[in-house]
Amino acid sequence: MKQWIWRFAARDTRGNRARLALFVASMVLGVAALVSINSFGDNLRAAIDEEAKTLLGADLSIESGNPFNERTEAVIDSLGGTQSRRTSFASMAYFPRTGDSRLVTVRGNEPGFPFYGAVETDPPEAAENYLRNGGALIDGTLMQQFGVAVGDSMRIGSVSYKVEGRLLQTPRESAAVMLFSPRVYVPLGRVDSALLAVGSRADYEVYFRFKDNRDADAAIDPLRAELREYRVGADTIEEERENWDEALTNLYRFLGLVGFTALLLGSLGVASSISVYVRQRVQTIAVLRVYGASIGSTVWVYVLQATAMGLFGAALGSGIGIGIQTIIPRILADFLPVDVAFSISWGAVLMGSGIGLGVTLLFALLPLLSLRNVSPLSALRSNVESGTRQRSVGWWLTVAVIGLGTTGFAVAQAPTIGMGVGYAGGIFVVFMALAATARLLMWALVRRPPKGVSYTVKQGIANLHRPNNQTLTMMLALGLGTFLVTTMLISEHTLVNQITFAGAGESPNLIFYDIQPDQVEPVKATIVQEGLPIMSEVPIVTMRIHAVKGRTVESLREDSTARATWAHRREYRSTFRDQLTDSETLVAGEFQGTFGGSGPVPISIEQDVATELEVVEGDEVIWDIQGIRLASVVTSIREVDWRRMQTNFFVVFPDGSLDRAPAQYVMMTRTDNEEASAAVQSAIVRSQPNVSSIDISLVLGVFDAIFSRIAFVARFMALFSILTGLIVLAGAVFISRFQRIEESVLLKTLGASRSTVLRIMSVEYLVLGVVASLTGIVLALAAGWSISIFVFDSTLSIPAMQILYIMATVVGLTVLIGHLNSRGVYDRSALEVLRSEV
Amino acid sequence: MFDSNQEVLKVRGLTKTYRSGSRPLTVLDDVGFTIMGGDTCAIVGPSGSGKTTLLGLCAGLDSPSAGSVTLCSHPFGSLTEDERAEVRNEHVGFVFQSFRLIPTLTAIENVMVPAELQGRYDVREEAATLLRDVGLGDRYDHFPSQLSGGEQQRVALARAFINKPDILFADEPTGNLDAETGEQVVELLFKLNEDAGTTLVLVTHDLDLANMTDRVIRLRGGRIVSDAPGSRSGGFAAESLTENVAGV
Ligand SMILES: Nc1ncnc2c1ncn2[C@@H]1O[C@H](COP(=O)(O)OP(=O)(O)O)[C@@H](O)[C@H]1O
Ligand SMILES: [Mg+2]
Repeated sequence: MKQWIWRFAARDTRGNRARLALFVASMVLGVAALVSINSFGDNLRAAIDEEAKTLLGADLSIESGNPFNERTEAVIDSLGGTQSRRTSFASMAYFPRTGDSRLVTVRGNEPGFPFYGAVETDPPEAAENYLRNGGALIDGTLMQQFGVAVGDSMRIGSVSYKVEGRLLQTPRESAAVMLFSPRVYVPLGRVDSALLAVGSRADYEVYFRFKDNRDADAAIDPLRAELREYRVGADTIEEERENWDEALTNLYRFLGLVGFTALLLGSLGVASSISVYVRQRVQTIAVLRVYGASIGSTVWVYVLQATAMGLFGAALGSGIGIGIQTIIPRILADFLPVDVAFSISWGAVLMGSGIGLGVTLLFALLPLLSLRNVSPLSALRSNVESGTRQRSVGWWLTVAVIGLGTTGFAVAQAPTIGMGVGYAGGIFVVFMALAATARLLMWALVRRPPKGVSYTVKQGIANLHRPNNQTLTMMLALGLGTFLVTTMLISEHTLVNQITFAGAGESPNLIFYDIQPDQVEPVKATIVQEGLPIMSEVPIVTMRIHAVKGRTVESLREDSTARATWAHRREYRSTFRDQLTDSETLVAGEFQGTFGGSGPVPISIEQDVATELEVVEGDEVIWDIQGIRLASVVTSIREVDWRRMQTNFFVVFPDGSLDRAPAQYVMMTRTDNEEASAAVQSAIVRSQPNVSSIDISLVLGVFDAIFSRIAFVARFMALFSILTGLIVLAGAVFISRFQRIEESVLLKTLGASRSTVLRIMSVEYLVLGVVASLTGIVLALAAGWSISIFVFDSTLSIPAMQILYIMATVVGLTVLIGHLNSRGVYDRSALEVLRSEV
Repeated sequence: MFDSNQEVLKVRGLTKTYRSGSRPLTVLDDVGFTIMGGDTCAIVGPSGSGKTTLLGLCAGLDSPSAGSVTLCSHPFGSLTEDERAEVRNEHVGFVFQSFRLIPTLTAIENVMVPAELQGRYDVREEAATLLRDVGLGDRYDHFPSQLSGGEQQRVALARAFINKPDILFADEPTGNLDAETGEQVVELLFKLNEDAGTTLVLVTHDLDLANMTDRVIRLRGGRIVSDAPGSRSGGFAAESLTENVAGV
């Protein structure tokens, strides 16, 4: 490359540093987002690799949803090593001192486990003591909720435990787990065996430690097929590491994708500031061409400048990103199973700044390519049209590279290909819709300028489509920001609304389950005694599918060409009754409420399950009900409104068909206050300790806690885009400053007062803010609608007041930034304007 | 350097037609002339008669619709845009009506641009000498926005001569200046031109300026209406020039 290009490029940046600083500012946060998330991701992976053993806490684990059969016990025996067993199940914990009770996850442990890592408790010695003393460790949430102190007693089933301490960190669990169900650790030997009676759900695990450095994977792999037959699973350190790795990689990659949005938006800011910049360099380029510069070298001058700025922005962004990286572990703390140490990942820095540089340069290239069309004639005449308005091949090529690159990156980064394509497509639609609205607005204003309005309004609106206007860029920056904030708000609102709806009105809000047939009457009596209604009493029979349409699930699994879905494999908790409930709608066939006793049983299947199983009316399904086969035929397909807080079922059998099957019962009631709810739960847990209960308000609280943590992470990542939007907006406003000064001087010369000039600008920014935020909101409604339908399976609910509030903020912010920028504009003298060239 | 026996600029049948909208607009119609080395020539004509267009074509800034331009033995018709730029870099100096200094470069850097484009970077001394010659010895490091119009045009003159061009094109070099400043710039222009022996083609409205050249080509409506020796060469009728410049 010729030396003068370098020299000239360097010299020519003088006097344009502010403009070029804008370029840097626009891209900085996008790079920071990518670098921070990816560098953190690398740290995370390193931490998981390092602590892989503590993730499982053992070399090998074997687990099953049922007590191990003889064959499995033989396998466990043959594996040897040091073993430690654990049984986990859900049950009610009762605190006699306060009379409170709550559904918890009980883990019965034996000494030994975890072989790697440690159960951390407060006080620390409690981790050992509870096993020795037959006491219990409980989660902080329980302690807080019921004011439980160390030394209090707690009852589970018919066994009492002394609370020895609070659980801090345990293998295999991240802090978010306890939000779903608080954990209680007790010694396995002191678990009330009545709670593990046939039909109740529990997880049985054995943990192994091999002192002989045996390869756990090699030891267990030949046994897996046999164990699978007994529905026994095995897990090794390597698998556990891979599972966590995959889950967490998906998490931070998804966050990276959110950060990428900031980069794209910033790149648009770069493209727009470069495009104004090069338009002002046309005369310079024409002179260079007159004096013999080639077309290519004039383009190179500005590509060099852009590259230098891009490198600077990438370095600055990386620096900021590394700073932000230090706070990410705190933001994600609840979702992480290990402590993540801070170290700078140079690979991530290189990748983040490389992508940042590449993307911004590609966007900068769009306006830079038009420099090829600058004619040297422009030096002779200022009004020469620089070449054709037709896009060059290079321009289209750049657009194609941007499009493919973005999609490619999204696909590589997103957890699934569908998500990646969906993300790229969504971004494309949003950008296009905003750009189209901006174009449409300008077109409409030119075609049909508003009539019968004051001079200031007319002038302000005319500003939106004057030459070199920044309407498009501002629309994108404002619209995208509004879109992101509103979409998040709508999703949040829809979710919360869905849950509150579930607990509202006269519907049941307290559920008792795991009721054995002989407990139905006593439980009923206790509820009634407490003055509460029995709102429903539903039998539940646990079963699995043995065969569908003549093919066993076993053979489907082994056949690699067939599809065995979750619907084939899951454990069904079905009911029997003689009618549909009001949360069910028949979509095909006819519901048969009673069964005469001969032939296959007529059943009703929920439509999603029917789709997965590929069954229609008349198809045969054979069930395995705790070892007994039962033939059935699909006679109807139902749609179920899952939002209703009721016992909803995938499969409903007719009355009289499951009489002899082992059933458990669920009962529902409604209480109007917490005290009544606590009283009846305590009464039942005292008389029927194996019966579990759950209060909907508790579910709501749990949900709220989890959702607010997720929302916090999402907001944090969206912040990059919103801040970038503000920078791009401020940049776009700043770019048009000189024109504003020119206009204002002209208006002043014509006799306009300061307030007239300011009013004209206010009108311009007001219109822009309103149109952009409206567009963003409409797009957010569309996005919110599809999210509520396709992701939450719910109906859209619109927080109208908050949306209005967002809109007011966006409009206010736009006008404010506009005014800040125009400070002093009116005071410029005409002479200054005539002499200034920038 | 081209001497008076060599053709520096040869224009044949030059026609330029703009297609603005549906009807074509012929701005230059079959223009032809030859300028020998060391000549000074003024192109005069009323506004809109095609002077600037002609100058642009002569310098290869644009392509004609028909006809040919040969500059310093390079037939432009067979050259690409970049090749024409190279010819300009080697042989041509340019002075514009509105100066066209590069706003981000200092005076001396502006003067050095054509030399640096040639690959000559060690030209600060040369540029400084030229700036002194045009009377701006103390303004090397000033930016264009810090200079008056006359000063800017003088920097532009220094820039035009840094590569010792064979031919200098000037498009209304005094058009944006008041009479007195214009006179100073013209004086400098002719002085530098004479010292360097450069061929000069200038477009002007200025009677006095046209009077200083050897030859005057009059354009009207895109056609040459006369091509006569100027007053400097003796046989020139001042009245007819007045008539032409006034655009009657
Ligand atoms: N790009 C163009 N498209 C259409 N018409 C043009 C263009 N450039 C110049 N013209 C027209 O050509 C004519 C001659 O222009 P010009 O050469 O600038 O005249 P002069 O320099 O003698 O005033 C004018 O009528 C002008 O409007
Ligand atoms: Mg002209």
